Amino acid sequence: MTRKQGKDLDRKKFYADPIIVTTIVVLIVFLTLFILYPLAILLVDSFVTGEGFTLNVFRRVLAMPSFRKAITNTLRVGFLVGIMSAAIGLLFAYVEEYVQLKTKVLEGLFKVISLLPVVSPPFVLSLSMIMLFGKAGIITRYLLHIYENNVYGFWGIAIVQTLTFFPVCYMMMKGLLRNIDPSLEEAARDMGASRFKVFSTVTLPLILPGLGNAFLVTFIESIADFANPMIIGGSYDTLATSIYLQITGAYDKEGASAMAVVLLTITLLMFIVQKYYLEAKSTATLTGKASRQRMLITDKSVTRPLTAFCLLVASFVVLMYICVPLGALFRTWGYDFHLTFKWFGLVFTRYKGLKAFKDSFLLSLIASPITALFSMIISYLVVKRNFRSKGFIEAVSMLAMAVPGTVLGVGYIRGFSAGVFRTGFLQSLYGTGALLVIVFIVRSLPTGTRSGISALRQIDKSIEESAYDMGADSFTVFMTVTLPLIKDSFLSGLVTAFVRSITAISAIILLVTPKYLLITVQINEFAEKGSYGIACAFATILIIITYSAVALMNLFIKRFGTSREIKEA
Amino acid sequence: MAKEKKGVRLEHISKIYQDPKTKKEFYAVKDTSLDIEPGTFVTLLGPSGCGKTTTLRMIAGFESPDEGEIYLGGEPINELTPNKRDTAMVFQSYALLPHYNIFDNVAYGLKLRKMDKAVIQEKVTNILKLVGLEGMESRMTNQLSGGQQQRVALARALVLEPGVLLFDEPLSNLDAKLRVTMRTEIRRIQQEAGITAIYVTHDQSEAMAISDKIIIMNKGVVAMMGTPQEIYYHPNSEFVADFIGEANFLKGTVTEARGAEGTVDVQGNKLALQELNGRSVGDECTLVLRPEAAVLADEGQLPCDVILSTFMGSYQNYHVMVGDTLVKITDFNPKNKKIYDVGDKAFVKFDSGSVHVI
Repeated sequence: MTRKQGKDLDRKKFYADPIIVTTIVVLIVFLTLFILYPLAILLVDSFVTGEGFTLNVFRRVLAMPSFRKAITNTLRVGFLVGIMSAAIGLLFAYVEEYVQLKTKVLEGLFKVISLLPVVSPPFVLSLSMIMLFGKAGIITRYLLHIYENNVYGFWGIAIVQTLTFFPVCYMMMKGLLRNIDPSLEEAARDMGASRFKVFSTVTLPLILPGLGNAFLVTFIESIADFANPMIIGGSYDTLATSIYLQITGAYDKEGASAMAVVLLTITLLMFIVQKYYLEAKSTATLTGKASRQRMLITDKSVTRPLTAFCLLVASFVVLMYICVPLGALFRTWGYDFHLTFKWFGLVFTRYKGLKAFKDSFLLSLIASPITALFSMIISYLVVKRNFRSKGFIEAVSMLAMAVPGTVLGVGYIRGFSAGVFRTGFLQSLYGTGALLVIVFIVRSLPTGTRSGISALRQIDKSIEESAYDMGADSFTVFMTVTLPLIKDSFLSGLVTAFVRSITAISAIILLVTPKYLLITVQINEFAEKGSYGIACAFATILIIITYSAVALMNLFIKRFGTSREIKEA
Repeated sequence: MAKEKKGVRLEHISKIYQDPKTKKEFYAVKDTSLDIEPGTFVTLLGPSGCGKTTTLRMIAGFESPDEGEIYLGGEPINELTPNKRDTAMVFQSYALLPHYNIFDNVAYGLKLRKMDKAVIQEKVTNILKLVGLEGMESRMTNQLSGGQQQRVALARALVLEPGVLLFDEPLSNLDAKLRVTMRTEIRRIQQEAGITAIYVTHDQSEAMAISDKIIIMNKGVVAMMGTPQEIYYHPNSEFVADFIGEANFLKGTVTEARGAEGTVDVQGNKLALQELNGRSVGDECTLVLRPEAAVLADEGQLPCDVILSTFMGSYQNYHVMVGDTLVKITDFNPKNKKIYDVGDKAFVKFDSGSVHVI
């Protein structure tokens, strides 16, 4: 019994489509060159020096007390942020799915919270945290009359990151809770369990793997985060900031490479556990769709404290966002509350704001359609086609999710500043806008691919087969059937890629040359200097851009999206 | 209206799959050879997992055979991709393109063939008339009922004038009444178009009603191929007899043979039969007796005990024991007949020509 003939025929049929073969080759080259190679070069750099293979670099780096401290710092923050985000996220999801929300205001707040992680530039929360609770903080100084409050360090990072990342957990948990069949809980209630007992013995065990999943996702996000620790960390260094300082401050590129390898190892391990163990488990326990609507909790002793807590957290987050435009409008934050446009004026005159927006906008605008198209093609190949290198393409594009931006940045410096493998090949790429665009693409590819995959999984395989059967080749099938059917996902991938690119900082800050002024880099610079007025003005405009992009997308999907009417059928 | 009716020939076709859990390989289709003549309507019939859909998908080109060669109109097509094969398929889920209206769905394949706009317009209009959807060109697919979607799927395949039309359980998503209407429609349209059709189903009455020939498959191999009558009256195995309609099986031994005729001993009862199917004296054999071919009477060939007697309206349903063998009898139009009750002794009575020997 041999399957050789069938496999040979399948291969022959596959190669009969030159476009698809070319596409796959292009993808493999791209993924290898811009994801795998920069990571590989970090390994090479940190193990191989002039004298051949050695552990000296690692020995040296690990001997630095500051670096050892950074490792424990990072893990401590990550752990706390993971737990707090998962807990708050679960609470929000529970309130939305189980509790009768009476007011429109609350529903609106929930919607805002779920949208924030999409549109929010990094370190916005750090900025407003400092402006609210720092030395000149409105709350600490003017309301509470505390003049020496130190907002920098462990708690600052932990709070800001929790507020930044818990909406992600909230969305994840919401999806899980929605999939619990209410009759399971009703059965438990019917058998005499109290509401708390139902939660602890039915609901919680069902979502426990999902909760672990949310914890790990946040954990990875937290330890990979560069922007917040940079602004609000003070002297509390994390791995990401240490690597950055090792390169820009100490000019120790080998050391930075070794540090990057350490950070990458941690995130990769977490990612593997999350992706291949928890994610599978969390969906395996909850396969059924809810058979009908859940009876919402109306008991006031339950609803009041829960909604009060959510209201508090949500309004706090909203307050923090309002802080940013206000910061740009007050003459001197904390001292002089007269309204002024001087910061906006300065941004556009002295600080070349227009160029910064043009550069950021243009580079992101180039990167986003390429990202969206790449991720749709990858999802199509992964979900709908069978070929030998499929596993490679899927794994590498998902791997990019576990690579912190700082690590990628160091990898690109080491990998391309002297050309590929220091041969000078592709050296001309280094320092160009093209490389920045590539970084944007790589950074947004996993999110786009993931949403593309889940959209494509919902499309019946035979729809594409029927087009193929009627005489269309793979390319035509993709263009006339697949892409129109996942238009929504493509559009949102486009905007997500744009927003992620224009708000990106971690990898970019290591690679940007004076030729390009990027908004995020400017915000970081001015925030570090303490020029909060300028930083806020930059950030305000950035928020307006990202928010408009998302609003535009929603309008587009509402008007031209096909997927909705198809789903209704 | 087809350009050219094409025949389909399968030569020693096998398809091997791997069980995803045990990693063991098994034959989904094994060493199957078929010859389907141009212009005929052939049905692949069998229980689920018998390899019928796999066979169809190999003809369409979605699966590649691990052994053997497939010919379409005399040409080997193993290496052709589905879009290069002169076949058109009607899918179980219809697989209409949801973002196109009816016209664009039907015109899709024609546009790919770079046909003239006026020609496309004419062809689509004609074919929609044939399937009874004229005037509905601009409807979206989600505004159609299941039966209408089925018609669009059929029109979309027919308009390409393929050498052979493939159906993958096309009626299984419709309700029982519509199924009957649609199968008549499909047969009518196939006859009118004069096209070769291969039809997969697990519904035996559908297969009987629609086909020139039925191919019964079991565990990846062809169990029998023949006209509906041949398969019903002269099944070649207990599996075929049992799968098509209901059948009673009686074990016996040939005691006498005179040419085609003879006598078979069943549990001590001598039964005279018209057709021994080539058996000679002393051979063990199985007699196939259809439930509607026998009645209960006070006199007959086989003495029995009644263990179940149910009035079903158009017939009386009996279960009787002949020795240790259960025999089911459907006695039609029972109004003026004697009804036997549970516990009664009676005889199974049948025509000597309506028993088939295997």
